[in-house]
Amino acid sequence: MYPYELTIGQALEKLNSKELSSRELTLSCLDRIADIDGHIKAFISVNRDYALAMADKADAAKGDERGVLCGIPVSIKDLLCTKGIATTCGSKILENFIPPYSATVVDRLEQEGAVILGKTSMDEFAMGSTSETCAFKVPENPWRRGYVAGGSSGGSAASVAACECLASLGSDTGGSIRQPASLCGVVGMKPTYGRVSRYGLVAYASSLDQVGPFSRDVRDCALMMNVIAGYDTKDSTSVQRAKPDYTQSLITGMKGVKIGIPKEYFGAGLDPEVEAVVRKGAALLQEAGAEIVDVSLPHTDYCVAVYYLIAPAEASSNLARYDGVLYGYRDMTAESLIDMYKESRSAGFGAEVKRRILLGTYALSSGYYDAYYKKASQVRTIITNDFKKAFELCDVLISPVAPSPAWKFGEKGDDPLEMYLSDIFSISANLAGIPGISVPGGFSREGLPIGIQLQGPHFKEEVLFRVAYNIEKSAGVSDKRPVL
Amino acid sequence: MKLETVIGLEIHAQLKTRSKIFCGCSTAFGAAPNTHTCPICLGMPGVLPVLNRKVVEFAIKLGLATGSTIKPFSQFARKNYFYPDLPKGYQTSQFDLPIIEHGFIEIEADGIEKKIGITRIHMEEDAGKLIHDEHEPVSFVDLNRTGTPLLEIVSEPDMRSSEEAVAYLKKIHLLLRYLDICDGNMQEGSFRCDANISMRPLGQEQLGIRTELKNMNSFRNVQAALEFEIRRQRDLLLDGEKVIQETLLWNPDKNRTESMRGKEDAHDYRYFPCPDLIPVVIDEAWIAEVRKLLPELPDERQKRFVTDFGLPEYDARILTGTRELADYFERALQVCNAPKKLSNWIMTEFLREIKGDVGPWIACCKVVPESLGALIDLLEKGKISGKIAKTVFLVMMETGKAPLDIIKEQNLDQVSDHDELSALVKEIVAAHPSQAEEFKGGKTKLMGFFVGQLMQKTKGKANPQVANELFTKELAG
Amino acid sequence: MKITREEVEHVANLARLNLNRQELVKMTEQLDNLLSYVAKLDELDTKDIKPTTHAFSISNAFRDDTVQDSLTQKEALANCPKQNGECFIVPRII
Repeated sequence: MYPYELTIGQALEKLNSKELSSRELTLSCLDRIADIDGHIKAFISVNRDYALAMADKADAAKGDERGVLCGIPVSIKDLLCTKGIATTCGSKILENFIPPYSATVVDRLEQEGAVILGKTSMDEFAMGSTSETCAFKVPENPWRRGYVAGGSSGGSAASVAACECLASLGSDTGGSIRQPASLCGVVGMKPTYGRVSRYGLVAYASSLDQVGPFSRDVRDCALMMNVIAGYDTKDSTSVQRAKPDYTQSLITGMKGVKIGIPKEYFGAGLDPEVEAVVRKGAALLQEAGAEIVDVSLPHTDYCVAVYYLIAPAEASSNLARYDGVLYGYRDMTAESLIDMYKESRSAGFGAEVKRRILLGTYALSSGYYDAYYKKASQVRTIITNDFKKAFELCDVLISPVAPSPAWKFGEKGDDPLEMYLSDIFSISANLAGIPGISVPGGFSREGLPIGIQLQGPHFKEEVLFRVAYNIEKSAGVSDKRPVL
Repeated sequence: MKLETVIGLEIHAQLKTRSKIFCGCSTAFGAAPNTHTCPICLGMPGVLPVLNRKVVEFAIKLGLATGSTIKPFSQFARKNYFYPDLPKGYQTSQFDLPIIEHGFIEIEADGIEKKIGITRIHMEEDAGKLIHDEHEPVSFVDLNRTGTPLLEIVSEPDMRSSEEAVAYLKKIHLLLRYLDICDGNMQEGSFRCDANISMRPLGQEQLGIRTELKNMNSFRNVQAALEFEIRRQRDLLLDGEKVIQETLLWNPDKNRTESMRGKEDAHDYRYFPCPDLIPVVIDEAWIAEVRKLLPELPDERQKRFVTDFGLPEYDARILTGTRELADYFERALQVCNAPKKLSNWIMTEFLREIKGDVGPWIACCKVVPESLGALIDLLEKGKISGKIAKTVFLVMMETGKAPLDIIKEQNLDQVSDHDELSALVKEIVAAHPSQAEEFKGGKTKLMGFFVGQLMQKTKGKANPQVANELFTKELAG
Repeated sequence: MKITREEVEHVANLARLNLNRQELVKMTEQLDNLLSYVAKLDELDTKDIKPTTHAFSISNAFRDDTVQDSLTQKEALANCPKQNGECFIVPRII
C-alpha cells in the first residue's frame, strides 16, 4: 500500500511509531497529485513548500506536542480562508484574494498538526451540484472519466477518493458535502448547524452553511469531527455545547436503534440502483439488530422551492461585498462608480451565481418579500417540524443522497430547475439544521459509487456515526479504490 | 388658511464604547486612515460579527432614561445597498424588531412645557468616510469609522416649531451626556441629526408631504435650516403649489436648502433578519442591573437643586444644563456650603471665562471645584471682599493655585478685626474734620469717602461692612 | 408571466449587474420558470406559522468591550486593486 492510500487511523499508527514520517507521507501525496491531478483537477492550488514545512514541524513534534492529526495531509475546499494562501471560492472575482486570516476550522486542524496540501476546486461560491461552474478547474470523478465529481465540494471529494490526500474539509449548504461524497464513494458529513464554526467560511447562505469533513472511512470522519467541532466565540451562531469524542460511537451492533425510512424519498425519479443500495443498507442494519420503521416527511416536495428562495436571498446579500472596492477583481477601465460596480461584478461572477443573485434580490425586494422570502421561511418551519415528528418515531433516517449515481459532464446543463430538483434528498437537512452523513453503500452496474444518507436529530452526530460505522462494516465497499 | 408645521427628528448618536459594535477595533477618533480596521469591519470574505455587550447596555440606559419600553426580544436586520463606505454592501441595523420603543422626553420651548414622543431607538453600525478629491475624479475611502456603534433615535412627529425641535435636540443631547454614552460632538460627527418636516392645514389630521433635511451640523444650523424650510414650504402651499417629497441638504454657506434629487437612487433596502446575529433577549434582571447604573437625570437633578439648595429654577436650569457643570457645582458646594453665592459666582465670573462647549472646557479648567468652593467660603465668611475675590479668581484661572495660597502670596487677606480697624478709623476721622462735620450734618454720602480712605490705608483689605459699622459708630459719637 | 424583462433589468440594477440582450432574454426565461415553480408554496397554509430565521432559539452571543489588535494599514490595503498606501481609491460618484 502506498502511503497516500492510508486512512488517517492507519497513518497515525505508522507516524507515531516512526515507521513513516510526515514528510514521506506528504511527499507521497504531493507526488500523487502531480501524477493524476492533471485529469482529476481536484486542486485549484497546491502549496508544496508550505505543506512540507508543516510536515517537518509535525515530524519534530514530540510527546504531548503531537496533535491528534499530527502529520496528516489534508486538502481544504477553496471556500475556506487560509491565511497567506490564495482563497478563490472558485471565482474570477477572488482569483487573487489572499486573506490575512484563516478560518477557525483551518486553525484547529493546524493546531492538531494536520498538513495542508492545497485548496480544492468547487462550484463558484458553492452554488451548484457538479462543480462545473468553477472558474478555474472542473474536478472529475475518479471512478470514471468524463463524469462529474458532484458539487459544490467536488474537488474535496475527488481528492479524497483519488487518494491525493487523507481527508478534506468541505462545506454543505444544500448537500454540497454529502452529494459529492456519495458520487465519489467517500464518507462526508454535514454537522448540525452551529456544531462547527463558520468563521472564515466564505458565506453563501448563512443560515444553511456548515463545514464538514470528507474521509475514506467513518473512523477518520469521527477523528476530523473531534478536531473541528465545538463552540467558537467568533461565530455568534455556533452553539455552546460540549462535544463528545465521536470515535467512542463506533460500536458494532444496532440493538435498540430505530431506523426510519421516509416514504417520500422513494418515488418516481429515484434511480432503481440507488434505491436498491439504500434498501440493502437498511436490511443489513436490521440484521445487525436495528428496528426498521416507516415514517413520513410529508412536505418533502416543497423543500426545493423553500431552499431556492432562502439560499439565493441570503446569497444576494452575502455577495454584495464583491464590488471591487477593497479587494477582489475590479474593472479598472470603468469611469463612474456605478459602472465599476456593474462591470466588475458582471465580469467576475459566472452565470449561475448571477442567476441566484437575481433570484434572491427579487425574493427580498419591495412588494415581493412576503410572497417569497417570508413565505419560504414559514414553510421552512413546517419542514423542520416534519423532522421533529419523524424523530419521535425513530433515531435515524435512512435515505438516498442523490437520485442517481454520477452523470456525464454537461448532461444537466441547460435547465437550472432540473439541476435544482436533483438536490431534493439533501436540501431539507440544511433547512432543518439537522446533521447528515453520506457513507459508501454500493456501486452501480457502471461501477459508479452510490452513497447512503443518514440524518439524525440536532446534535446527534454520535448516532449517525454509529449507524454509518455499521453500514461500513457490513456493506463491504469501503476498501475499494478507483483505478487511476 | 392657517398652516401647522410638523417636525420629526432622527438622531444618530455614536456610542462611547472602547471597541466597535461587531469587532474589537478601537473607536478612538483621529487615527491615521485605515489603521483601526480588521477583516470583520472590512467585510472580508468569511468573517462574522459578534455583538459588543456594552452597546446593548447603553441602549437600555437610554431606554430607561426616556421612559421607553425595553423590548425583551430584538433582532438585527440587514439594510442592503451599494456604497464605497459600506464594505459589506449592507448595513447591519434593526428593522421590525428594534430594542427600544415608545418613549418620551419633556422639553420647554417658548415658555411652554411639552412631551415629545420617541417612536423607537435601535442599534446599528456606522459607515466609513469618503473624501472626494478636488481635482481628480476619485474618492478616498477611510474605513476607521466603519462599525462604530450608533443608536438611532426616532422621534414622533410631535414638534410644531423650530424652537421645539431645537429644544428636543438639546434635551436628547443633554441626556446622552448625562448618561455618558455619547460625546455629543456635532462638529466631529458623534451626534448627527436629520429632520423630517411637513405642513398641513391647522386641524387636519392627515400629514402633508414631507421633505427630509440633512447636513445640519450644529444646533444653530438645525434651527436655521428648519426655519428656511418652513418658510419655503409655506410659500409653496400658500401659492397653491405642492411640496415635492425629496431629500434636501442644508448649505450653511448659502443659508439655503438644496435638492439632492437626481443624485440619489430610489433605494429598495430589502431588509431581512441578519442570519449571522442571533436575537438579543433582555430580562428584568438585566434591566434592573442597568437601572442601578443610571446617574441622576437632568430633570431630577434640576428639581433637587431647587428643593435641596433653595436655588431659583433659573439657576438650577443653567447649572444642570451640562452634566460637568452640575458635578462641578456640587463638588464646590461641599467646601463652601453657600449655594446661592456659589451659583451666582458660577453664572457670572466662572461662565464668563468659558471658551467653546461647557463640558470639555470644564474638564480642562485649571480651577478645581474644591478651589472655587474654598474661594466662595472665604467670601461667605467675610475673610475677603468681593473685589479681592475677583482678583484672586483670575489668578486661580491662570495658575490653578488654591485661593489661600494666592492670598498669602499676595497679601490679600481681608481685615475684619474690629480692634485692628478701629484704630485706623479713629485716625481717619481725626484727619478729616471737615468731612466728619459734613457727614454729621447729614451728608451721608461721605461714608463712601471714609470707607475709601480706610481701603487705601489697608490696601483694600478692610471688610467694608465692618468699616461701615465702625465709621458709623465713630461719626455718631 | 411571473417576471418581465423590465423587472429583471430593475433587479439587475439593484444587484449592480449588467446583462446584455442575450443574457437578459435567457435570464428572464429561467427566472420566470423558477418563480413559477416556487409558487407551489402557495398551496400551503402558513397563516399562523412563525418564519424560521435561525435553526435554534439561542440568543445573546456577546463580546466584552475590549480593544483588540487591528490590521496594519498595509495589511488592510494589501488586496485592494487601487490604493495609495493610506486609503482605498474609487472612481468619483457622479
